[in-house]
Amino acid sequence: MKTVNEDALQKNYITAAYGIRSWLLTRDHKRIALLYLISITLFFFIGGFFAVLMRLELMTPQGDLVSAETYNRLFTMHGVAMIFFFLVPSIPAVLGNFLLPMMLGARDLAFPRLNLLSWYLYMVGGAYTLYAMVTGGIDTGWTFYTPYSTGYSTTNVVPVVVGIFILGFSSILTGLNFIVTTHKMRAPGLTWFRLPLFVWSQYATSVIILLATPVLAITLALLGVERIFRVGIFDPALGGDPILFQHMFWFYSHPAVYIMVLPSMGVVSELVTCFARRRIFGYRFMAFAVMAIAVLGFLVWGHHMFVSGQSVYAGMAFSALSFFVAIPSAIKVFNWTATLHKGRIEFRTPVLYAFGFIGLFTIGGLTGLFLATLAVNVHLTDTYFVVAHFHYIMVGGAVMGYLGGIHYWWPKMTGRMYHEGWAKFSALILFVGFNLTFFPQFILGYLGMPRRYYIYPEEFQVLNVLSTAGASILGLGYIIPMIYLLWSLRKPRTAGPNPWNAVGLEWLTPSPPPTHNFDKTPVVTEEPYAYEEKSAHGG
Amino acid sequence: MADNHSRVAHQFDDLAQQQEASNLGMWAFLATEVLFFGGMFAAYAVYRSLYYDAFVAGSQHMDVLLGAVNTAVLLLSSLTVALGVHAVQRGNNGALTRYLLMTIALGSTFLVIKGFEYSHKYAEGLIPGVRFALEGPDHVELYFILYFVMTGFHALHMIVGIGIMTAMIILTRKGRFSPEYYNPIEVSGLYWHFVDIVWIFLYPLFYLIQVHP
Amino acid sequence: MSGHHVSRRVYFAVGFALLVLFLLTVGVAYIDLGPFNIVVAMAIATFKAILVVLYFMHVRYSSRVTWVFVSASFFWLVILLVLTLSDYATRGV
Repeated sequence: MKTVNEDALQKNYITAAYGIRSWLLTRDHKRIALLYLISITLFFFIGGFFAVLMRLELMTPQGDLVSAETYNRLFTMHGVAMIFFFLVPSIPAVLGNFLLPMMLGARDLAFPRLNLLSWYLYMVGGAYTLYAMVTGGIDTGWTFYTPYSTGYSTTNVVPVVVGIFILGFSSILTGLNFIVTTHKMRAPGLTWFRLPLFVWSQYATSVIILLATPVLAITLALLGVERIFRVGIFDPALGGDPILFQHMFWFYSHPAVYIMVLPSMGVVSELVTCFARRRIFGYRFMAFAVMAIAVLGFLVWGHHMFVSGQSVYAGMAFSALSFFVAIPSAIKVFNWTATLHKGRIEFRTPVLYAFGFIGLFTIGGLTGLFLATLAVNVHLTDTYFVVAHFHYIMVGGAVMGYLGGIHYWWPKMTGRMYHEGWAKFSALILFVGFNLTFFPQFILGYLGMPRRYYIYPEEFQVLNVLSTAGASILGLGYIIPMIYLLWSLRKPRTAGPNPWNAVGLEWLTPSPPPTHNFDKTPVVTEEPYAYEEKSAHGG
Repeated sequence: MADNHSRVAHQFDDLAQQQEASNLGMWAFLATEVLFFGGMFAAYAVYRSLYYDAFVAGSQHMDVLLGAVNTAVLLLSSLTVALGVHAVQRGNNGALTRYLLMTIALGSTFLVIKGFEYSHKYAEGLIPGVRFALEGPDHVELYFILYFVMTGFHALHMIVGIGIMTAMIILTRKGRFSPEYYNPIEVSGLYWHFVDIVWIFLYPLFYLIQVHP
Repeated sequence: MSGHHVSRRVYFAVGFALLVLFLLTVGVAYIDLGPFNIVVAMAIATFKAILVVLYFMHVRYSSRVTWVFVSASFFWLVILLVLTLSDYATRGV
């Protein structure tokens, strides 16, 4: 039995080779995961920077910090950076890349070189988009609605759209890799229904990526053609149909929100089982639920278009289907709750993020039902209610899941533990800051404050100030982990292979793992989340 | 005798797993292509249903015969690809090379004919945004926009396909393939057949809208 | 996939069938069937595509996973087409 200190001296994937070339030309999924970690963190703070400027402007009813045109650029670039360059890649490219092969008992993904290509495409797309942002920006909204984006905006629409097009390929390659790896490289004995739910959620996410992203690609390409050649595809003045743009755009962009949240749900399942020391309640329902969300998520896109001029009957159909897609999500929330019930819960940082996810995702999801109700949508659409709704899911849900996962697998990835006290404090700050930022926005939206406006009536100021105050606290909640996580890297690698006493193939390896993950391919004989058996055996 | 062990990448346990993964990977990629082209077909379906007369008028300017020749050329090229796979399965690398060359020749013929068609369109002023002089029913431009975008992306995929087949010929000549290991040929064939299938739909949709009297 | 050998006869038969169907497509286009012209044309095209998929692309001899991938991608395209067109079809109703 190797001691923790011997592990620390072993060659691992970080120490296997030195020099920048060994990182930039790596085929190791774990190194690629770290490359992504750095890149997406950068874009997170870029997107956050735009948000800070927006919230500062919104402290006063008048437009005093920036002009209307600048404000339009701010909310557009905040959306583009956060959605395409942070949320969509986040968990899959960082945690998925790192963990999927290990959870499957494999030495790497099916196509390691495609994996590296995926990161380079991300960087090229990101760099080009960033360049476009810095040299004038874009003001169309992250939704690029026509004909404004094709016929009227004077900003860098084409470069941004090209950058996102390139990013789409990055995303597709990741999804393709995950799907093939899951089908073909599971360890002996690892049947589909013995897979960790994190793997199921990555798989479902990858299915969405493969089927939805190409439609975004062609939509953006057509947008580019219209703008460059000044021909009418979506511009009504030139004979096109702007609603068609919206149909094609949202065919991707609605499933995209599930690309952003399903991986987080996978993380939550891992955290809840580990820290309640119990197997998941209703494993098969949980697995089927993520697949159901992936499929049903493709049938609801018209709920973004209720007031666009879309047919009322289509609206009714999309509304009904949107109610349906809430069901598998609700099943997951119930099952996590049932797993926690009567568990022996250890309140460590990762599971605090999981609790945050469960509560905030529930609120976000329920408010989604309000928005899916046709008659209510007429009043709430394009108000801050919508903004609050999706931030509850994306920040309260997806980002919390991401942070929970980062904290949970940090010792595996780096061999070090972070300072638990600071981590707990930071999670609390995040939770408080988040709610203070976004709950007032539900009220603002209900009261009628429109989104994407840089000025507003006087009576909305108090709520806006509360929201900005919340944002500053929320920001702290993101900065503090940066500090203590980086600080932890100064310590020696003494975390040990399984600091959480968790169940899962990834915990069988040293921390950090060697390049090839497993000396011998493990053979799986147990059901997943065998925590109760572990406890029975004194584990 | 090819050393099959060296053909197996480190992440795979054996050649069979590698080949299955490779095939599945290509099929997953083709799924994305179905949706990529599919988006354009959706736009076509919407606009044709809204502006049928414009589409009829636009399609009168298509050369039905040239398009037909192109269709036959591509169908034949799919046959030569299939026969190429068949050849390498039997260890006949010489025949494989010949079939790949035929495929490239047929694909290039397609592109040359397409080039003629495009240049005719330019001469007649039928390229929206570049040179468009047609006085037709409202929205007739949409037909031509879709024509150039859809056949344009298709041609782009053909060019890539020819590049892939060229690479396959080079590898074949280097003795890379055998009855035990020919997966790249198989997978390249899948791509080629897909591009052919796209044209199978494009031809009637753009050239045969209303040719009857 | 590598392993299953399809005879040349099958390939030639499918190739011949494709050419015949193609000629049929062109021929039928010259007959006025009103709204059914497009239906027939698409039906023949679909059948040709199925032949290419099953025989040239070996799906007939492939695993169920492959078959699921192929069907799923076309099914998703159908979702895009049907739901989008249903908006336009029900606008004036």
